[in-house]
Amino acid sequence: MTTEVGSETEVKKEPEKAEEQPAEPERPATNQTVEVKVVEVAEQSNESPALATDSAEAKENQEEAQPADNATGPEGEEPPASPPASEKKGISRFLPPWLKRQKSQSVVGPKESQVTPKEEGGVVLVNGEGEKAEQAEAEQTSSTTAAEPQVEEEQVNGEADPEQKEEVNSEEHAENHSTGSAETQPAKEEKASEKSQEKSAAEEEKKETEEGGEEKKDQEETLKPEGGRYFIKSPLKLTKKVKMVMCHVIMLDGSQFPCEVEKRAKGQYLFFKVCETLNLLEKDYFGLSYKDNADQTCWLDPTKEIKRQICNTSWQLAFNVKFYPPDPSQLTEDITRYLLCLQLRHDIASGRLPCSFVTHSLLGSYSLQAELGDHDPDEQRLDYISDFQIAPSQTKEMEEKVVELHKTHRGMTPAQADTQFLENAKKLSMYGVDLHHAKDSEGVDIMLGVCANGLLIYKDRLRINRFAWPKILKISYKRSNFYIKIRPGETEQFESTVGFKLPNHRSAKRVWKVCVENHTFFRLMTPEAPTKAKFLTLGSKFRYSGRTQAQTRQASTLIDRPAPYFERTSSKRISRSLDGAPVINMIEAQDSAPTSVGNGREPGLELSSDSSKSGKLRVQGENIYVRHSNLMLEDLDKTQEDVLKHQASTSELKRSFMEDTPETRPSQWEKRFTASPATSLRLQAQGRSPPPTTQEPLSDLTVDTVSKSSDDKQKSDETTLQAAEVEIEEMVVVEAIRVAPKGSVTITTPEVVVTPETEVKKPEEEVKEEVKEEVKEEVKEEQKRPVSVSSDSHSESEEEAGEYHPQVTVSTSVEQIKEEPEEEEKEEVDDHEEPEQVAEPEPLPEVEVETMPSPAVVEETPMAEPETALVVDAPAEEERTEDILVTPEEAPNGHAEDQPGLVAVEEEEEEEEPRVNGDVSHAETERIPQVICCSEPPVVKTEMVTISDTFAAQKTEIATKEVPIVHTETKTITYEAAQLDGSGDGEPGILMTAQTITSESLCTTTTTHITKTLKGGLSETRIEKRIVITGDSDIDHDQALAQAIKEAKEQHPDMSVTRVVVHKETELAEEGED
Amino acid sequence: MASVLPYGCFTHAVVRGIPETFGKVDNEETTTDLAKAQRQFGVLTGALRQKVGLQLIEIPADPELPESWRIEDVAVIQGDTALITRPFKQQRRREAEAVRRVMSELNLTVVELGAEEGGSVGATLEGSDVLFTGREFFVGISSHTNHRGAEVLADTFRDFTVSTVPVCVGTRLKNICSMGGPDTIIISNSDGAKKTLRMMEQLTDHHYEVLTVPEGAAANCVYVRGPSKMDFLLHPPTEECPDSVPAFQKLTDYTLLPTACSEASKLGGHLSSFCLLINRKPYF
Repeated sequence: MTTEVGSETEVKKEPEKAEEQPAEPERPATNQTVEVKVVEVAEQSNESPALATDSAEAKENQEEAQPADNATGPEGEEPPASPPASEKKGISRFLPPWLKRQKSQSVVGPKESQVTPKEEGGVVLVNGEGEKAEQAEAEQTSSTTAAEPQVEEEQVNGEADPEQKEEVNSEEHAENHSTGSAETQPAKEEKASEKSQEKSAAEEEKKETEEGGEEKKDQEETLKPEGGRYFIKSPLKLTKKVKMVMCHVIMLDGSQFPCEVEKRAKGQYLFFKVCETLNLLEKDYFGLSYKDNADQTCWLDPTKEIKRQICNTSWQLAFNVKFYPPDPSQLTEDITRYLLCLQLRHDIASGRLPCSFVTHSLLGSYSLQAELGDHDPDEQRLDYISDFQIAPSQTKEMEEKVVELHKTHRGMTPAQADTQFLENAKKLSMYGVDLHHAKDSEGVDIMLGVCANGLLIYKDRLRINRFAWPKILKISYKRSNFYIKIRPGETEQFESTVGFKLPNHRSAKRVWKVCVENHTFFRLMTPEAPTKAKFLTLGSKFRYSGRTQAQTRQASTLIDRPAPYFERTSSKRISRSLDGAPVINMIEAQDSAPTSVGNGREPGLELSSDSSKSGKLRVQGENIYVRHSNLMLEDLDKTQEDVLKHQASTSELKRSFMEDTPETRPSQWEKRFTASPATSLRLQAQGRSPPPTTQEPLSDLTVDTVSKSSDDKQKSDETTLQAAEVEIEEMVVVEAIRVAPKGSVTITTPEVVVTPETEVKKPEEEVKEEVKEEVKEEVKEEQKRPVSVSSDSHSESEEEAGEYHPQVTVSTSVEQIKEEPEEEEKEEVDDHEEPEQVAEPEPLPEVEVETMPSPAVVEETPMAEPETALVVDAPAEEERTEDILVTPEEAPNGHAEDQPGLVAVEEEEEEEEPRVNGDVSHAETERIPQVICCSEPPVVKTEMVTISDTFAAQKTEIATKEVPIVHTETKTITYEAAQLDGSGDGEPGILMTAQTITSESLCTTTTTHITKTLKGGLSETRIEKRIVITGDSDIDHDQALAQAIKEAKEQHPDMSVTRVVVHKETELAEEGED
Repeated sequence: MASVLPYGCFTHAVVRGIPETFGKVDNEETTTDLAKAQRQFGVLTGALRQKVGLQLIEIPADPELPESWRIEDVAVIQGDTALITRPFKQQRRREAEAVRRVMSELNLTVVELGAEEGGSVGATLEGSDVLFTGREFFVGISSHTNHRGAEVLADTFRDFTVSTVPVCVGTRLKNICSMGGPDTIIISNSDGAKKTLRMMEQLTDHHYEVLTVPEGAAANCVYVRGPSKMDFLLHPPTEECPDSVPAFQKLTDYTLLPTACSEASKLGGHLSSFCLLINRKPYF
C-alpha cells in the first residue's frame, strides 16, 4: 500500500512541487511526468494550495518525493524557458523516466503474474529484437509475471539506473541528473525495503509506473520505451547508449527553440518541453511537424520516438497548430489565441490561407493593433507596416488600407485585437483546411481538404464535393489509394466507396492519418480506443490518442491561472521571414503542407513501423489502465501487480476526483438511473460529453448490437487475421480477434496482451515469432500494437492497409443508430459505441459513473461522490456483476494514508481479481482496452480525459480492491454526504483543490474544495466530500453510512447530499458485503 | 471579413432600363409586351427605391443591347468587389461597359473575368448562375457558365467557399432558387431543383432554412434587408404563382412586395435579373 500511497502522493506532489520549486532539474523522467501532471494537474493544483500540503505528505510517505522534486524542477524551469535549462531538463527527465518506466513495468508484471509466462516469452523476443524495446516494454509492463518478471525487471532497473547515471556523467548535464537519479534510486530502494518487497528496483519501478499511470499514459509511454528497451537489452549496455540529441524547434514566432532530448525520446517529450516553454496549457490544438525525406510536412507522432520519425540528421521541427479550432473564441486563454494568431499569420502570409484584399487588410490591421497598439499618427508611417508581412504579395495600396483600418482600432487591447483577428479569420473558407493533392477516379487533379467538419473535395479552387464526418463510415488507404466509404443517402440503398489516387503510398497514408486525427479530434467525444495488441495486426493501427476537442475544452474549463504573461513578437518574426530567415521558410513550408502525420518511413515499413509505434505508445499509455482492467476482469488473481495497479488507480482516482468530479457530475445521476451495462461506457463518454440522456439510450442500444456484431466480426477476422499476419505487411492482423471473440470488442490494448490471459498471449507470441523471422521490425511493431483496430472488428482491415471507421461503430447497427439521430447524437453514440463495445462484449459491464455537476456559483455541494463503478463483468461465464465502486474514495485513502487494514483488503482483492481475470480473461481484456482507449486520450492534457481515465482506472482499481470477488453485487445508493474532513482548502480566486483524507477504521472521507475564480470575478466554490466506507462482510455498511451522513450534515449543515452510492460486492467464496 | 454582415444588407441597387428591342433576341420574335415590361420594371424600381429604401442607380437602356436589362448577369458583387463577368453570348459582353463604369463610380474594386482569362474559349460566367448566400457562393454549372468561370469567381472572392452545383438543362441556378433571408433559401419544388438543393446541402458547411415553393416562377425573389432594418421580399404576385404566395407568408415579420415580372419571365428572366444589389456601407 505504501507504494500506492506514494504513487498518488507523488503525482499530486510533483505538480505542486514543480510549482513550488522552480529550479531543480533533476530527473528527466520525473520531469516528464511532472510536466504532464503539471499540465493537467497544474490547472487544478495551481488553483489550490491545499495540494501543496498533500504533496508534502506524499513526500514523506514516498521515496517519490525525489521525483516530485524533479517534477518541481521542470516546472520551475519552464517559466524561464531558457535553452540551457531546457536541455538539462531534457536529459534529466529522460533518465528518470526510464527508471520510472521500468518500475512501472515491474509493477505491472507482478500484478499480472498469471500472464507472465507468455509475456515473458514476448519480452524475450523483444529483447532479441532490441529495437522493439518499446514492445518489450509494453509487454513487460503489462505482462510482467509475478516473480520472474520482477526479478528481471529489477535487474533491468538496477542496470538502467547505472546507465542513466553514467550517461549523465558523460554528458555535461549529467551531473545534475546523476545526482538526482542517485538520490532517487536509494530512496526507492528504501521504500522497497520498507515494503518488504523482494526487489527495491521492482518497487521503484512499480512506484514509477503508478506515477506514470496516474500522470498519464503519455509519460509512461515515453519513459517506458526507453526502459523497456534497456530491459530487453542488457541493462549495462543500455545505460551507455543513452545519447542526447539537440533538437531545434521553430516556434510560431519564428524563434528557434533548442532542446536537447534523449535520442530515444518520444515526440511528446519534446512537445511537452515546447509547451512548457511557451507556458501553454491548451496544447491539444498544437503539434510538432517535420519534413520527411520527400520534403513533405508531417506531424510528429507524440507516441513514437522522434528518432524513428525524423529521417534527416538535423532534428529540425516546427511547432504548429494542428487542429484549428472552429471557434477560437471558445479557447480559454489568450495565449492560446495568440499562438493561433501567429499560425494564421503564417498561413496567410504564405498563401496557404487565401484571403481577399479587404480581408488581408483587415487582418493586417488587427495584427498591427495587437503588436503595436494604437496607431500613432506622429511616428508611424507607412514604412512601419512594410515590416509586417500581411499578405503573400503586399501592395502599397494594401498597406495604406491596413493603416487606415488600424486607426479605427484605437483602444483595442492586444487580446481583443487577436480575438477580432480570429473572428474574421475563422470565417475564411479555407480556415483549418488541410489540402492534399490527389486525383479522382477519373484521373482528374483534385485537392482533398481535411478539416474539422469532414473531407472536402476541391477542383482547382472550387468545392465540388464534401463529405461530412457523419457521412463517412470508413476511411482507409491501400497503396497509394485513399478510400472513404459513404453512408447511403436518404434515397440510396447502399453505401458507396469513393476512392482517390494519391501521388504515392506515403501521401495516401498521410491523408488517412490526418483524417483519422481530425475526425477523432473534432467529431468524437473521446478518442477511439486503440487497437489492442494481443493479436498481431498488420497495417497501420494508427489512431489519434490525444485529447479530443471536447475533452480539451472541458479540461480548459478547469484552467484557472492568472493569464500568463507573454510577449508578442510576431511582427519581429514576420520581418525575419521577409528577410528570408530559414526559420520562416520552414514554417511556411510546413504551413503549406501541415497535414501529414509522421510518414517518414517507406509505405510498407511505415505501416508496420507506424502501427507498431502507435501500438506501443498506446500500450504504454494504456498499460496502467489495461492492468486495471485486467485486474477488474481477473478479480480472482491477486498479485503485487494488482496492488501496484491499485496504487496507480488510486492516484488516478485522486486526480479524477479532483478534476473529474466537477465535470462529470451532471451526468452521474442519469448514469445511476440507467445503470445499464451501457452506462459504464456512458460514464466515460459522459465525462467527456455533457449530454447524458441521449447517450444512455443510444449506448444501450448500440451496446447489444455492437457486441454481437463485433463478436461475429472478430471471429471472422480472427481466422483471416492469423493467416494474413505474416503475409501482408499492410494488412492488419487482428491478433486481438482471436482472443477477442469472447469479448465482443476485440480491441485489446497491448497491455491487455500482457495480461495474464494465456490465450491472448499465446497468439501474440506466436505471431511475434513468426513475424520476427520474416519481418522483424515490422512484426515487432505490430506486435506491440496489439491494440490494433481489431477492436473495430472490421474484417476489412485486413484487406486495407489502413482502415479507420470514423463512426467507431463496430456493428452496422450502431451506424444505423447513428444515422438516425442528429450529428450530435451520432457523435455521442460513436463515443459510446466504442467504449461500449469494449466493455460490453460479453458481460455487460455496468459502469456507474457518478459525476456530480458542481453547482456553479458558490454553492457547496457535498459530493457523495463520483464513484464510478465500472462493472466489468465477465458475464459470459458467471453471473458477475462486478461493481467497481467508490473508486475515488478508495484511491484517496490508499494514497493519502497507508491504512493497513485497507491496504490489506485491497491486496486481497487484488489477488482475487487476478483469478477472476483469468476466468473472464478474454472478455475482460477486451473491455479493458476500451477503458484504456478512453484513458489514453485524456492522459496527457485534458483534465476531462484524465478524469475519465482516472475514473476508469479508479473503477478498475476500486473493483479490484473492493470487489476482488468475481461475484459482486453493486448497490448504488444516493444520499447526502457532507462531511468535514478538515480540508477546507478552497481559496477564493484560485482554484484550490485540497483533499483531506481521514481514514478511520471503516470510513474514509475525502473532502475536496474547489474554488474557481470565474472571469467575471465571481468565485465558485464547490466542496465535495466523498465518504468511502470500505468494509468487509463484518461491517454494517448501512450504519456506517448513516453515521457518516449524519456527521457530515452536522459538520456542514449547508451542504446537501447529492449522492449516496453503495456498492455491494459479494464475492462468491469470500465475502459478502452488503 | 468574410460575411461580416448577414446576407441582404444592401444600400444600392443598379438597374438598367428596358430597351425598345426588349424581347428581340436572336431574331426570335417573342410575344413580349414592351410597354408592360417597362411598367413592370417601373414598379420594381419604385419598390426598391421607395419601399425598400435603396439608392437606385439606373443605367439608361441601350437599344443595341436587347438583353442589357438583365444586368444581374453582368456582374457579381460581394462586399466592395465587383467581378465583371463574361456572358456566354458574345453579343452580351458589351453590356459590361456601362456596368463597369458604374461600379468604378461606386468605388467598388472591379475585377474582370475576361481580362484574367483572356481567351475566347475560356471562362464564361453569368450572374444568374451565381447564388451568394452571405456565407458562400454556389455556382450553377449551366449552358452559360462553366467551371473556368467559377474558378475565376473563386479566385476573386477568396474569403468564401465557392461550390459548383449542377442545374438542369435549360435552367439557370437563379431560376430555381434565391435567397429569402440571411439563412433562408427559396427553392422550387421541381425535381431538378431538388437535385440541386441536395447537392447544395451536401456541399455547404452551414445550415440553411429551405422554403420550398410549388411553382418555379416563385423560386426567384429578391430579399433585401433595407436601411430601415426591415426585411423585404420582392416576389412574383399571386397572378404568376397563386400557390406559392402562402409560402411567402410564412416568413414572419417580412414586408412582402408582390412585383410582377411576367414579361421578363417569358425571356427566361426573373426578378433578380433586373438589379445588382450593393452594400456600400462600410462594415468594419
